[in-house]
Amino acid sequence: MAKSPVQFRLNGSDRATFVDPGDNLLTTLRRGLNEFGPKYGCGQGACGVCTVLIDGEPHLSCLTLAVACEGRHVETVSGMADGPNLHPLQTAFMDNFAAQCGFCTPGMLMAARALLERNPNPTREDVIEAIAGNICRCTGYEPIIAAILAAAGNRSQRQA
Amino acid sequence: MALDVRVATSMAEAAGILAADQRTRLLSGGTLVMRDVNEGRFLDGTLLRLTDPAYRQINASGARVELGAGATMAMVLANRDLAFLHPVARAVGGPAIRQMATIGGNLFAETPYGDFAVALLALDAQVMVQSGYGSARAIAIEEFLNARERGGAGLVTAVQFAKPQNAADFRFRKISRVKPKGISVMSIAAHLPNSGSRITQARVAYGAMAPTPVRARGVERALEGKPLDAASVQAAKAAALEGTRPATDAIATEWYRREVMPVHLGRLLAGEGR
Repeated sequence: MAKSPVQFRLNGSDRATFVDPGDNLLTTLRRGLNEFGPKYGCGQGACGVCTVLIDGEPHLSCLTLAVACEGRHVETVSGMADGPNLHPLQTAFMDNFAAQCGFCTPGMLMAARALLERNPNPTREDVIEAIAGNICRCTGYEPIIAAILAAAGNRSQRQA
Repeated sequence: MALDVRVATSMAEAAGILAADQRTRLLSGGTLVMRDVNEGRFLDGTLLRLTDPAYRQINASGARVELGAGATMAMVLANRDLAFLHPVARAVGGPAIRQMATIGGNLFAETPYGDFAVALLALDAQVMVQSGYGSARAIAIEEFLNARERGGAGLVTAVQFAKPQNAADFRFRKISRVKPKGISVMSIAAHLPNSGSRITQARVAYGAMAPTPVRARGVERALEGKPLDAASVQAAKAAALEGTRPATDAIATEWYRREVMPVHLGRLLAGEGR
């Protein structure tokens, strides 16, 4: 089967590659574009480690057909930092010890980013709801929730 | 052979392609089909994408609601006219899944998934199905789900139903072990319209209590024409298991589902917390 071309913006840069027709976005990012931020977890949409933003909304890249991303804007954890300056969420995750093995962290950060873009002052319940699709087997979630709330607090303090 | 991808720009074109080739599967939100692709259960055939804007349209401002089959759970949550369905849409996966999962796809979700279809069953929805290049025909959702169990299908273009006159007449509860996103032990939807404080045209539906969402006809009979009081709730609980065929799966045993269904049904009808 012939490969198909696909072009989309990845973390602000135009990227193009060839994919097999049934390739998912996660495979395309990791194998085709050397973008290893999103992880391969379950391949079923159950664990959330492959979460990316597509046109600003959270999607599971393992369940997204690559050719369906033509012309769209895909954002991964690799695009969160502004050069050497970490995103406030990344800083908060470090400050709150919100990662152990780190495997869930890229997906958690993207889910949290989608939340804060939509709701800069979330409640604890909002945070729990936002990361409900992301499984962490190490932290027990509490440090992650604390980190996201801390990042939200920092953002609102900076904006005040 | 390998997977191919085709794009249809109209629903008629998509229906024609699906009717002509049994090995073609419609990729709606992708949460079911891409899982099969990833796990090697669908390696040889065609994935069909449908880009017709009408496929994702929601019309909910009037007394009759039409949800395009390609509308997502996130789109339902963003629509104020569908506030009575927000608890149902919110019960489907996490935020990323809700951006992708569609109304039409949920009708095909195997038990114990498919919580939105349970709500549609309690709302007496009509499923619009297009089987070829002709126009879509309306099929009662119960008939559609029975046909699904037997393997029948076509292109589902939309679902339609009458909006509940009073939002409080519609109730939904998903019982899961993990909060807030766990898979259903069971789900219950009830539409209990009132006339002179007595229930008329009661509709109660279960998810994960049979191979497809099913009507709880014994419960409906127990409630019909009665006020929603302690006596009718007790009668409904006594009839709760009529027609059910729950399975044992990784989430719960068949025994457990039977044991707890009357309890949760009673709480739903009485308006109690969990």
